[in-house]
Amino acid sequence: MQNDAKPLSPHLQVYRPQVTSVLSIMHRLTGIVLVLAAMLLTYWLAAAAYGPDAFARAQIVLESWFGRLVMFGFTFSLFYHLLNGFRHLGWDMGKGFDLTRLRITGGLVVIGSIALTLLSWMWAYGHVGKL
Amino acid sequence: MVEFMLPKNSRPKKGKTWPAPTGAANTRTFRIYRYDPDLSDNPRIDTFHVDMDTCGPMVLDALVKIKNEIDSTLTFRRSCREGVCGSCAFNIDGTNTIACTKPIADIRGDIKIYPLPHMPVIKDLVPDLSVPYAQYASIEPWLKSDTPAPTSERLQSPDERAELDGMWECILCFSCQTSCPSYWWNGDRYLGPAILLQAYRWIADSRDEAAGERLDNVDDPFRLYRCHTIMNCTNTCPKGLNPGQAIGEIKSLLINRR
Repeated sequence: MQNDAKPLSPHLQVYRPQVTSVLSIMHRLTGIVLVLAAMLLTYWLAAAAYGPDAFARAQIVLESWFGRLVMFGFTFSLFYHLLNGFRHLGWDMGKGFDLTRLRITGGLVVIGSIALTLLSWMWAYGHVGKL
Repeated sequence: MVEFMLPKNSRPKKGKTWPAPTGAANTRTFRIYRYDPDLSDNPRIDTFHVDMDTCGPMVLDALVKIKNEIDSTLTFRRSCREGVCGSCAFNIDGTNTIACTKPIADIRGDIKIYPLPHMPVIKDLVPDLSVPYAQYASIEPWLKSDTPAPTSERLQSPDERAELDGMWECILCFSCQTSCPSYWWNGDRYLGPAILLQAYRWIADSRDEAAGERLDNVDDPFRLYRCHTIMNCTNTCPKGLNPGQAIGEIKSLLINRR
């Protein structure tokens, strides 16, 4: 029996994305994004410490439409990772494993993170007070 | 390790399309993974048309009909045809399940059937399950007890017996095992959901006296903790069991005994 000669059956290529697996890979991806976000935050703080010129340059980068788009992504990642983290805490306490709860809590995480992201940006632009 | 692409020798090619049965009004198309170890060629995807008016309702019925009437070389495992033996587990319509309890009518479009994912293929739909079987042996799936054997049965209260519900039903079809991305990437060292469910089945058994030793055996960054609660296992189990929860129970026991 030479395993090397045997073909490997298809996996990612044929496995249909599942609610469970998509939410899980999102948790990991948003975690990676948050590390990048922490680095950007460090750059911003370091620029502020470096001097007014450096800080002004950082502000130009971050305030550009692209900078805002990136930070919008960071905000979503923060809320998604935070809310899905609560699911993980629940699982660590042995709760919320059945399929119905998995789907309900997963849906809440997606809706909640989108809502919190939009709300915090509306708050940042001063829209929430006027609603 | 994570590998997004299949190795070169494993990428399926377009295969043979078998002619539709003449005079059949109600046919469904089956696209089935084929691999012949006697040819030095890649796997291929063959297309079959099955007359549903003369075919049973389940995916296994169609496979048997194809083997009987169209291509007798089609190779797959099957035995009980009623969901208790666990032989006919395949990747059907994108998720793993057992063909004998999967209604063809539940599938929209072509019915795609592959072997269980990320496994070495022996022939067609038959994967080499040596590794998961060895992993099953490694958790010593039998009753271990130091107290002298009683002269009659080892008694259990109804509550103690109820602890085993949701675990004794497992038929070791390995649908969950091969649905788990963590098992795909680390199947050589991670025990996987099916085996960990079985490990917990013995840990939770009131008659077994080796729970501590069993916990020691799985308390390992790879054997147990490659589970990242993805939960594809529970999502795909054809028996409606919850391997993800069983793994959670093992993790809780390990934390609580510290």
